[in-house]
Amino acid sequence: MGEQPLVRWDWIAEHLADPIGTRLLEHLQLSLAPLLIGLVTAVVLGVACERWRWWYPPVLVGVNVVYAIPSIALFFLLLPYTGFGPWTAIIPLSLYTLAVLVPNVVDGLRQVPDHVRQAATAMGFSPLRRLVQVEFPVALPVVIAGLRVAAVSTVSMVSVASLVGLGGLGQLILTDGFRRQFTTPIVVGIVLSVLLALLLDGLLVLAQRGLTPWTRDRGGAARRATARTDGRSRT
Amino acid sequence: MNIAVALWQWFGDPAQWTGPSGIPARLAEHVGYSALALLLAALIGVPVGLLTGHTGRGGFLTASLANTARALPTIGVLMLVVLATGIGLLPVMAALVALAVPPVMVNTHEGVRGVAPELRDAARGMGMRGREILFALEVPVALPLILLGLRTAAVQVVSTATIAAYVGIGGLGRYIVDGQARREFDMVLGGAVLVVVLAVAVTALFFLLRRMTVSPGLRRPWSGAAT
Repeated sequence: MGEQPLVRWDWIAEHLADPIGTRLLEHLQLSLAPLLIGLVTAVVLGVACERWRWWYPPVLVGVNVVYAIPSIALFFLLLPYTGFGPWTAIIPLSLYTLAVLVPNVVDGLRQVPDHVRQAATAMGFSPLRRLVQVEFPVALPVVIAGLRVAAVSTVSMVSVASLVGLGGLGQLILTDGFRRQFTTPIVVGIVLSVLLALLLDGLLVLAQRGLTPWTRDRGGAARRATARTDGRSRT
Repeated sequence: MNIAVALWQWFGDPAQWTGPSGIPARLAEHVGYSALALLLAALIGVPVGLLTGHTGRGGFLTASLANTARALPTIGVLMLVVLATGIGLLPVMAALVALAVPPVMVNTHEGVRGVAPELRDAARGMGMRGREILFALEVPVALPLILLGLRTAAVQVVSTATIAAYVGIGGLGRYIVDGQARREFDMVLGGAVLVVVLAVAVTALFFLLRRMTVSPGLRRPWSGAAT
């Protein structure tokens, strides 16, 4: 490594806007898009699996097999079709979120007590209105718990996208840091990536508190759900 | 390009199955790195999880640490350690262990923590004390969750061990990296298929392990989900 210090603050000060700020913004965009696409897909799949139960096992196997494909391989395999564009990163990252989100949507919906469903039906709710106004809100803490895991792991995985030249903080780590044997951009990339992940995680916690005020007791459903889905992060 | 035909030809080539860059050798390297990383992660994560779960202390700290570790970009850790210590096994292990410790630690903690208080009371009523309660009651009851944490970690490690190719120590990632460099997509695909097959085999292995070790009274239906 030579005699250079781990972090050179003057480099950071000089490059705050250009590589650092730009890469951070790219990283944020490359993280949010898969999370949104993954959430919408998982809700559709989850509701379908809840309505037609025999769908669930094959869907579960499918999303878990996809989850086992190394992201580097998926990026490389998509390159000939999607080129050096954002979709080459967004498609695989969206697919990965499904391994966490689909089981959580299904678990959340299954956890709705039968008498709650019956009460809604008895009050004249149509199945769709019951789903949107009753079942989904009750399932929300479990869904958000899954979303938190997906958010943290997606942010950390976007760095891999830089190996195929798709921008984000990984580009800072790889081109500005590793290629030039210079540790400062690597440290900046790691620290910003962790901070971004924790920031998104914190925002989701706040969202959950705001959207589901009935779960605020500490040993509640949300905490248990977090524990059950923990550990979904991969590269 | 027909994917099935390309794969058939790639796997069918006899040259693929011998020598230091043949499939058996690469597979052995990959399994070796993954097993070592999982072992190290278990040696760190399980004792810490047992301790915090048993005493009920440090749970918040463990969860926060695990969350931060999970947020670490693997490539960043790899590159940083490469610059610090040079190319070799150490950077790969640093990156893989950082990835595998959180699920092991958190699941062990939550498993032990989640043991029903009535069971603990009963054990105490029968005259059991600290360590005895931990190993005779809490570990067996928490075993499904502990194994789940190890399985999640194992699948991630197997899939991520492809990064070993970036620091020149082989593994199945070589096929993915070399295939991309030479624009031979059947090779990238073949490497990816091998990794997935290995991950599925690991999942099956944990399923068996669970069958053999978990008390029948505690079994729940298997699900591929992180439940």
